[in-house]
Amino acid sequence: MTHWLLVMPVFIPLLTATACAFSFRARALSSVISWSGALANLCIALLLIQQVISQGLQVTAFGDWQAPFGIVFVADLLSASMVLITAIIGVAIVLYSTTDLRSKPFYGIYHSLIHALLAGVMGSFLTGDIFNLYVFFEVMLITSFGLMVLNANKQQVDAAVKYVVLNLISTMVFLLAIGLLYGATGTLNMADLHAKVPLLPDTTMMLISGLFLFGFAIKASAFPVFSWLPASYHHLPSAIVALYAALLTKVGVYALIRVFTIVFDLVDSGYQPLLIVIAGLTMLTGVLGAASQFHIKRILSFHIISQIGYMLMGLAIYTPLAITGAIFYIIHHIIVKANLFLIGGFLQRRQGSDNLRELGGAYRSMPWLALLFLIPAFSLAGFPPLSGFWGKFLVIKASLQTDAYLLAATALFVGLMTIYSMTKIWAEAFWKPLPDNAAAPIPLTRMENCLYIVPIAALAVLTILIGLLVEPIYQLAEVSATNLLNPQPYINAVLGSDSTAYSTLTIPSAPAGGTQP
Amino acid sequence: MSSIIFRTSAHIVTVLMLVFSVYLLLRGHNNPGGGFIAGLIAVIAFALLMLAETPDYVRERLIYPPPAFAGSGVLIALFAGLLPLFFGQPFLSGLWLGKIGSPLLFDVGVYLAVIGSVLMILLNVEEELS
Amino acid sequence: MEFLWCLVVGLMTACGVFLMLERHIVRFLFGMILVSNAINLAIFVAGRLTRGNPPLIASDALLPAAGYANPLPQALILTAIVIGFGLLLFTLLLAYRAIKEFGTADMDKMQHAETEQ
Repeated sequence: MTHWLLVMPVFIPLLTATACAFSFRARALSSVISWSGALANLCIALLLIQQVISQGLQVTAFGDWQAPFGIVFVADLLSASMVLITAIIGVAIVLYSTTDLRSKPFYGIYHSLIHALLAGVMGSFLTGDIFNLYVFFEVMLITSFGLMVLNANKQQVDAAVKYVVLNLISTMVFLLAIGLLYGATGTLNMADLHAKVPLLPDTTMMLISGLFLFGFAIKASAFPVFSWLPASYHHLPSAIVALYAALLTKVGVYALIRVFTIVFDLVDSGYQPLLIVIAGLTMLTGVLGAASQFHIKRILSFHIISQIGYMLMGLAIYTPLAITGAIFYIIHHIIVKANLFLIGGFLQRRQGSDNLRELGGAYRSMPWLALLFLIPAFSLAGFPPLSGFWGKFLVIKASLQTDAYLLAATALFVGLMTIYSMTKIWAEAFWKPLPDNAAAPIPLTRMENCLYIVPIAALAVLTILIGLLVEPIYQLAEVSATNLLNPQPYINAVLGSDSTAYSTLTIPSAPAGGTQP
Repeated sequence: MSSIIFRTSAHIVTVLMLVFSVYLLLRGHNNPGGGFIAGLIAVIAFALLMLAETPDYVRERLIYPPPAFAGSGVLIALFAGLLPLFFGQPFLSGLWLGKIGSPLLFDVGVYLAVIGSVLMILLNVEEELS
Repeated sequence: MEFLWCLVVGLMTACGVFLMLERHIVRFLFGMILVSNAINLAIFVAGRLTRGNPPLIASDALLPAAGYANPLPQALILTAIVIGFGLLLFTLLLAYRAIKEFGTADMDKMQHAETEQ
């Protein structure tokens, strides 16, 4: 049963992607395949998290080649909850895109690519091998390249150039870091690395962990290296940008959290002060960038960056409470951000533009949508009792506990600025009357409206649920954080309880512990 | 590329290379070889044919479009990986019936996937750029 | 021997990074090819350069006989090469498309995503 549950979250999207590729000419058929694939994945994700909660860590070794030599898939609480959130977003996006992209010529290929992307994301969350993480990153990357140029108009090609160039740099740095780490320790299994990395000389560790930090920081769009994100996201179709916003950067953050707890100790690696500065500046630049924008998608793209700052802040403070906050924040952010982009996409579809100057009167024509917008918007800004409040509360409390007052003040100020951006969207798109020069709204059929609203409403309900039932999710995040900071159960599960026997067994030609002349 | 010697010999060499690629595929489990390399050699064979003739000529001779090869290859490989799960073993474990086992099935899947995907890229690029 | 290869890797990376700093998109691509090959080579050197027998396990043994070469770096590099090949092809075609679309290969002149519609 374990073998099934761990493989299926990657297997089902890949199967669905292939099936969609075969049926890409038949729109109705590929929608049905895509729906059923996404729903099946959601069921598997629910079963997986149930299994992890009831029986603890789940491990499977591919081809029965045991760790540390073979590739393992590990589902701890963090991985399982990430897989669940990804599956939820997958269902929402697939449902939304059946109406949003239905008329586009690339509809069939889109479904194929989106499931392949989900497979890459799921694999990144589940794998326990760092080279395998690279492979799944690449699956994710190459499908996201494909999705990026589907429309292939001038703006998208230009956006794709920036996206591709900067992500390739990140990929190469990540690969180099893996190669050097392998050369220094002789292993690629994360659990095994936990035992061997502390034996490395300080300078080696600093170099390798610095490369990892740089590579993942580009993926996560952290402060000095975020420029690809606002340059490329806003010209994508709404369904695709919602998926990207929800998942891609968060996989980068997840990898940062995983690598800098289990493989490297953030404090030992010496990058903690740097990461604190990065986190603060990421928050600040993101929110200031958003304040100057006047398109819904551009505003929201910049807000991704500022929210990434909060997650990095949780990791940078590096206490159990802070990492709990970071994990809680990721869970909350994935849902809320996807929802905001979906709402923005709906407005854009109705009015033919996401420029706030050409929008207006949405409150009068669609009061329910206005309500649905307020829920994720307030949650993003951190109003109690919505989910964002708890995430912010946890990271800020952790920063106060460690006397990082400047960081806490920055986080509070950024929350305030977030309210400014959200009110801007609210006032311009919903509250003010439709400007005279704007195009008349495009009427949508009842069915189309329904398909737009169902995923938006479902995600809004989830946001409220996370806010109200905060206790179980807090516990989930807390247990995940404790397991990350004290990874002995993880290591025992992956390497077997006699893990010392493995760590003395090394490959003859690749000595461990950096004894290289 | 209109040299008559090249065009005539390309047809013969293509056939030889395809046979060689199948040989490499089958010996792959115990000796150097395997689905990936065999697939690349098959692609080179088709590329040779493409240079001697036209991309359309190759497409016609393949009968099915290259994406279909890639898709069925992925499906076969996934299925070969899935098979051991029915016997309570982890994903991708080898199941053996004498000398023939699920790794061979996996290799066949990889072979088809490589042929399909690389050929798809190659033919499209050739058509786009010429 | 390893020291020599390290120098080669460093030299290739330096040339690659120099090319990647160019504004011309094709030069950037050349730089990328150089750097990604340098990284593959770096992984190879990181796995130690040893002469050894093929790492095949005899059918009645659990471990290969002593003196075998480390097979893992080659497997890693093969994977990395395949992935790099795919990414390179995509980037090449994207660059071709971008140059055709914008009539320039200067990345500073590619500002179409930024302009207000």
